[in-house]
Amino acid sequence: MTGWQTLFYKEILRFWKVGFQTVGAPVLTAVLYMLIFGHVLQDQVKVYDQVSYTAFLVPGLVMMSVLQNAFANSSSSLIQSKIMGSLVFVLLTPLSHWHWFFAYVGSSIARGLLVGVGVFAVTVFFGQPGFVAPWWIVLFSVLGAAMLGALGVIAGLWSEKFDQMAAFQNFVIMPMTFLSGVFYSIHSLPPFWQKVSHLNPFFYMIDGFRYGFFGVSDVSPWLSLGIVLAALFIVSALAVNMLRTGYKIRH
Amino acid sequence: MPAISFQSVSKTYSSARNQTGPVVRALDDVSFDIQQGEFFGLLGPNGAGKTTLISILAGLSRASSGTVKVHGCDVVTDYADARRKLGVVPQELVFDPFFTVREALRIQSGYFGIKHNDAWIDELLASLGLADKANANMRQLSGGMKRRVLVAQALVHKPPVIVLDEPTAGVDVELRQTLWQFIAKLNRQGSTVLLTTHYLEEAEALCSRIAMLKQGRVVALAPTSELLEAASSNVLRFKIDSELPPQLASQARITGRIVQFPANSAHEIEQYLAAIRQAGLVAKDVEIRKADLEDVFLDVMAEKVVEEPVELNLTGVAI
Repeated sequence: MTGWQTLFYKEILRFWKVGFQTVGAPVLTAVLYMLIFGHVLQDQVKVYDQVSYTAFLVPGLVMMSVLQNAFANSSSSLIQSKIMGSLVFVLLTPLSHWHWFFAYVGSSIARGLLVGVGVFAVTVFFGQPGFVAPWWIVLFSVLGAAMLGALGVIAGLWSEKFDQMAAFQNFVIMPMTFLSGVFYSIHSLPPFWQKVSHLNPFFYMIDGFRYGFFGVSDVSPWLSLGIVLAALFIVSALAVNMLRTGYKIRH
Repeated sequence: MPAISFQSVSKTYSSARNQTGPVVRALDDVSFDIQQGEFFGLLGPNGAGKTTLISILAGLSRASSGTVKVHGCDVVTDYADARRKLGVVPQELVFDPFFTVREALRIQSGYFGIKHNDAWIDELLASLGLADKANANMRQLSGGMKRRVLVAQALVHKPPVIVLDEPTAGVDVELRQTLWQFIAKLNRQGSTVLLTTHYLEEAEALCSRIAMLKQGRVVALAPTSELLEAASSNVLRFKIDSELPPQLASQARITGRIVQFPANSAHEIEQYLAAIRQAGLVAKDVEIRKADLEDVFLDVMAEKVVEEPVELNLTGVAI
C-alpha cells in the first residue's frame, strides 16, 4: 500500500473496530425512524402517486444515514486525534494535503455506503422501492457521501473541542438533513419553505438519490447532479486548502 | 552536507487568540548545523524554544522566517523528502487507542510507503523490550511502554536523523538505559541524533556537541568537552541542616540540604568554609568535585541575553 492508501485503510479500520457504534447504531436509529414515522404517517402523508409512504421513506432514510455517517467519520476521526494528540503520527509523515483529503473523504464514503446498505437491508422490509435508475442511486450516494466527508474534514479541522463539533453537527448537519425532504416531498410544503428547501444542497442529494428508485423526483436529476457537483467542488476546495495550509494543525 | 541545518530561524506569534496581543518571539535568529553522525544535545530551560525549533524541523510548525533543511531538503518546499529522513519522538505521551502495538507500527510504516516491514518492526520491538506487548492494545500499556512505542514509531522508516524531544521525561531507570543503549547503537551505525532533555547528566554522557537556548536565542554552541573545560573547574559541595546567611546563599546553588559553590582555588574553598563556620553552621559530607554540565548550564543561563547571539568563547572561561 502507498502512504495515502495506508491512511485510508487506517481510517476504515478505525471505524470498523467500533462497528457496533459506527455502523450498528445508525442502522438501529433508521429502523426506529421507519417504525415510528412510517407507521404513524403511512395513511396521513401522500407523496408521489403509486408510491407508498414507507417505500418513499426508505431511500430518504438511507441517504440521510449515508450523509450523517460520512460526516461523522472524517469529523470525529480528526477531532479525536487532534484532542488525543495522535494526529501527530500523520503530521510527521510525507503525506501531502491531497493524500489526506483522499484518505479521509474516501473512508467517509466507505462508511457512509456501508451504513446506507445496512439501513436499506433492514428498512426494505417495511416498504420496497423500485430500482428504476440504479446508476443514479450509486452516483448520488457516492457524491453525497464525498461532500459530507469533505464537510467533516472542515468541521474536524475547525473544531478545537468536542462541544464545537457537536454544535456543528446539531446546528448545521442535522437541520440540513432533516429539512431536505427525507420525510416528505417538498411539494407538500408552503411555497416559501419550498423556496428555502431549494437553497439546501442536501435536498438535491436526496431528491436525486430518490429519483434512482422511483424515476420521479421534485426536480430534474440533472439539475440535482449539477448542484451536488458544484457543492462538492466548493466544499472540497475549502477542505483541501485547509489541509494545505495546515489550518489549526500546523502552527 | 549537514544532517540538519537551521539558518536564521525566527518564530513570532501573537500571545492573544485574536492576534492583537503583544508579539512573543519564541525563536530569534537561530542558526547552527548538525553534522551527519553527530549526537547533538539541545538544552535550555522551559520556554526557551527547544520544542518550537523541533516542531519547525518536523513540519508541525512553520518558521516566521529562515530556513531549515534535513540532509539538504527544505522542510517547507521539499517536506516529503525531509520527513522521510526524519524520525521524531514527540514530547507528549500520545497514542492511537484503536490499535495494537504491531498495528500501530505497521500503519506508521505504511504512511512512508514501506510494505512488509515486519522484520524491522520485530527488531525494534525486541530492542525496546516490547516483544511481548506486540499484540497488546495501546490503551493497555503503561506510560513507560507507551513511550517505547513512540520511539519505535519514530524509527519504523529507518530515518537517518532521529529527533528525541525529552524522551526520558517521567520514565524509569530501566527504560532510560534500554533506550540509550539502543539509540547509541543507532548513532554508532551512522544515525544522527538530536536530543532535548532536562536530564543534563544524560546530555553530558551522550552528546558530543551541545547548543543551549535561552529566550529563543542560541547562547552556547560547542563540543561538550569544551563546554566542561570552560566551566568553573571545581565545585565545593556539602550538606547543611540550617539556612545559609543571605550573602552566602546568593552565591550558592541550593537543592534541599545540598549546597554547592563554584570554587576555582583552595583559597576560595577555605573562604567558603570559614564563612560557614563563622555563621555558626556545620557543613557535613564535604566534597570537592569537577564541574559538570549542570554547572555549565546554570552559568550560561545566569548570563543576560546579549543583543547578538554568541558562540562560546572557548579561549576564556566566560560564556
